[in-house]
Amino acid sequence: MSEARFVGDASQLPDHAFGSRSTTWWGVCGFIAIESAGFALAFASYFFLMAQEKQWPASAFPPDLMWGTLTTLLLLLSEIPNMWLKRAAEAEDLRKVRTGLVIMSLIVLPIFVTRAFEFGHLNIAWDRSAYASITWALLVLHSFHLITDWADTLVLTALMHTRHGAKGRRFADTSENALYWHFVALSWVLVYAVAYWAPRL
Amino acid sequence: MSRVDGPDFTGDALHAALTETWSDAPGLWGWITTVDHKRVGRRYIATAFVFLALAGVLALIMRVQLARPESGLISADRYNQIFSMHGTTMMFLFAVPVMQAMAVYLIPLMMGTRQIAFPRLNAFSYWIYLFGGVFLWIAFVLNIGPEAGWFSYVPLAGPEYSPGKRTDVWAQMITFTEVAALAGAVELITTILKQRAAGMSLNRIPLFAWSILVTSFMVIFAMPAVMLASSFLIADRLVGTQFYNPAEGGDALLWQHLFWFFGHPEVYIIFIPAVGFVSQITETFSRREVFGYPVMVLSAVSIGLLAFGLWVHHMFATGLPRIGYSFFTAASMMIALPGGVQIFCWIATIWSGRPRWETPLLWVVSFIITFVMGGLTGVMVASVPLDLQLHDSYFVVAHFHYVLIGGAVFPLLGAVTYWFPKFTGRMMAEPLGKWNVLLSFIGFHLTFFPMHITGILGMPRRVYTYPAGMGWDTLNLVSTIGAFVFAASIVLFLFNVAISLRGGRAAGDNPWDAASLEWKTSSPPPPYNFDHIPVVESRTPLWDETRPVIPGLRTEVRELLVTTAIDAIPDVRDASPSPNGWPFIAAILLTIGFIGSIFTPWAVVWGALLMAPPLILWFWPHDPLEVKPEHSDE
Repeated sequence: MSEARFVGDASQLPDHAFGSRSTTWWGVCGFIAIESAGFALAFASYFFLMAQEKQWPASAFPPDLMWGTLTTLLLLLSEIPNMWLKRAAEAEDLRKVRTGLVIMSLIVLPIFVTRAFEFGHLNIAWDRSAYASITWALLVLHSFHLITDWADTLVLTALMHTRHGAKGRRFADTSENALYWHFVALSWVLVYAVAYWAPRL
Repeated sequence: MSRVDGPDFTGDALHAALTETWSDAPGLWGWITTVDHKRVGRRYIATAFVFLALAGVLALIMRVQLARPESGLISADRYNQIFSMHGTTMMFLFAVPVMQAMAVYLIPLMMGTRQIAFPRLNAFSYWIYLFGGVFLWIAFVLNIGPEAGWFSYVPLAGPEYSPGKRTDVWAQMITFTEVAALAGAVELITTILKQRAAGMSLNRIPLFAWSILVTSFMVIFAMPAVMLASSFLIADRLVGTQFYNPAEGGDALLWQHLFWFFGHPEVYIIFIPAVGFVSQITETFSRREVFGYPVMVLSAVSIGLLAFGLWVHHMFATGLPRIGYSFFTAASMMIALPGGVQIFCWIATIWSGRPRWETPLLWVVSFIITFVMGGLTGVMVASVPLDLQLHDSYFVVAHFHYVLIGGAVFPLLGAVTYWFPKFTGRMMAEPLGKWNVLLSFIGFHLTFFPMHITGILGMPRRVYTYPAGMGWDTLNLVSTIGAFVFAASIVLFLFNVAISLRGGRAAGDNPWDAASLEWKTSSPPPPYNFDHIPVVESRTPLWDETRPVIPGLRTEVRELLVTTAIDAIPDVRDASPSPNGWPFIAAILLTIGFIGSIFTPWAVVWGALLMAPPLILWFWPHDPLEVKPEHSDE
């Protein structure tokens, strides 16, 4: 194929980019879409089961509001450093990114505490009724996301503190990790609304 | 030291440099660590065909049992396992994976890129699929195979009526295959939207790529439903949750809604890629662009959307609100419209083209005839009164085998024949291929056409035997004879593959004179796919006068061209991960965790801990299992 006609030149293109220009951004969005579908179907199951019952929850108290509300506040507050980190990543500011990732790794710890108390204040064991099962399922589903994104953040934090951190692609990774945290925080707002407020309707 | 391809770096020197960069390690280690989409795709396809053969053998056993009334060949319990395994294997281990497998091989080539997006995830996806399938079949051999059908309805599949681990094996196999399919969908969407050749705007991509794009989005929104449903089922069985237990506020119909919210789109997840095969084959052998390209794309998209509005037509017999009947009947009939439009477009393409009646096109013809018949019985059962009469009868068995085998397997066999030269560098044997089409067509219709009548005469599905004198005897015998003819045609196909692999005629780059980019490179393609990244100026780039390319990708590292999502304007040079052993190890550990979790819920915890180290090392730059560390990172 030596007679090939050459047009343009790819060698001058950048070797990384942010947002929808990056392939990993599409990967992250793909997984967010999958998990959103999972949450949506879990909500649908919740309301399907609710529609079958005269009283919801049947012979149980709704979950106590305090710990769940506290989790919601903490998750919403975590968005402040998260957005700051995302901007720092897109500005490729290594010092700020390192600080931001340490903050994001630590900020999850109090959320784990309030989440643990939430399970204790659902006022029902998971095997008591379908209401109990679906309520636990919603919380467990969200907790998986909390744990996996935390683990991901820890690894990224470690990586950004090594010599690999200064590469452009790693800043894109950081920006996409922050994007995923948006999903973790925002999906909780919906889970909170359903699990804590639907029984009070 | 960085060197890029271009006018002064081309030909043999470029080939040597790119081969060095893109090839795998030799031997077994290379086999395990490869992330080459072509190697992964080939083994994905081969594995799916092994499962097809296994599930086909089960079908023959069932047909032997049903050949005569009151047959005592197999017991009711064994029969339950056999039909559950047949359906489960065909749907979860053959039909969906084989379509994705073909896409994993073909899409990066069609898009003119060097590698699929997220290739390590792709390798992981294959291993998880393989281990899930092997797990299911080992369980079956150990007499703990699924017993409640491929749909595993509760309460039959619940803790009360399905004690033991049989249903847990089924439910966990779901988790394996859905993880694999979901990962594959994300890779394919990203490859199609971001890694196209320069200039291949969305309105120029091959119709097969459109069908894979639509299918992959469907996978993303449909598969979570069955994962959620089967997780609820395992929880009900293992930790005493009450999702499906009516005594504690649960609902058996929740299962059916979740299952069919997945299960109906699933049918189109199998069918739409087949539509893509048909379009590519029709284009090549009619020697013209497919008639009505925009209409074909809109049809695929609207089938994809409508498929999510049909699931309740599987539940007409459960008792629904009247408005539900009307809505889902209307939606079920509506989906016949885009299906019909596509059929007419293919016919118009053949009609107005210069058709060459080679074997792949003959498979398309047998597809059109068979699928139209299956589509018509589909419109029949979309009508509630008729459905209530025919529900759970052999009529339904006939209907869905017409649409699944006619609609997907015939196009698949045509597609394998069509792309075989690209996969292997050799042509499949003729006229054996043409005789194969004829034998399949006769065998198929001989098997399944009588089932329409058996069903109308009242024979229910999923019965292990039936009394004499119901008027079903001869029809069943004919179906059994047909099943053996059909099986013989599949054996003939595999035989053709085997002899052609060794002694088939050498193919050359583009033996059919096709128009899409996969035919631009050699057969089989080199590890790097294309020496220079193509630039595309029409929908049929290889039929154009000139074949421009864009230079400038580095050759000593794995680098891809990333283009914009709509217009495919060159945008970024992206690194592509090198071969790596961690996806394989992660898949083994995940398998241990998944199997453990049907015995103890704590397996979720220790399974996650097991998975963490390989996942971290998979993503960490420069790890010990890296086959060829990227020198560029330094």
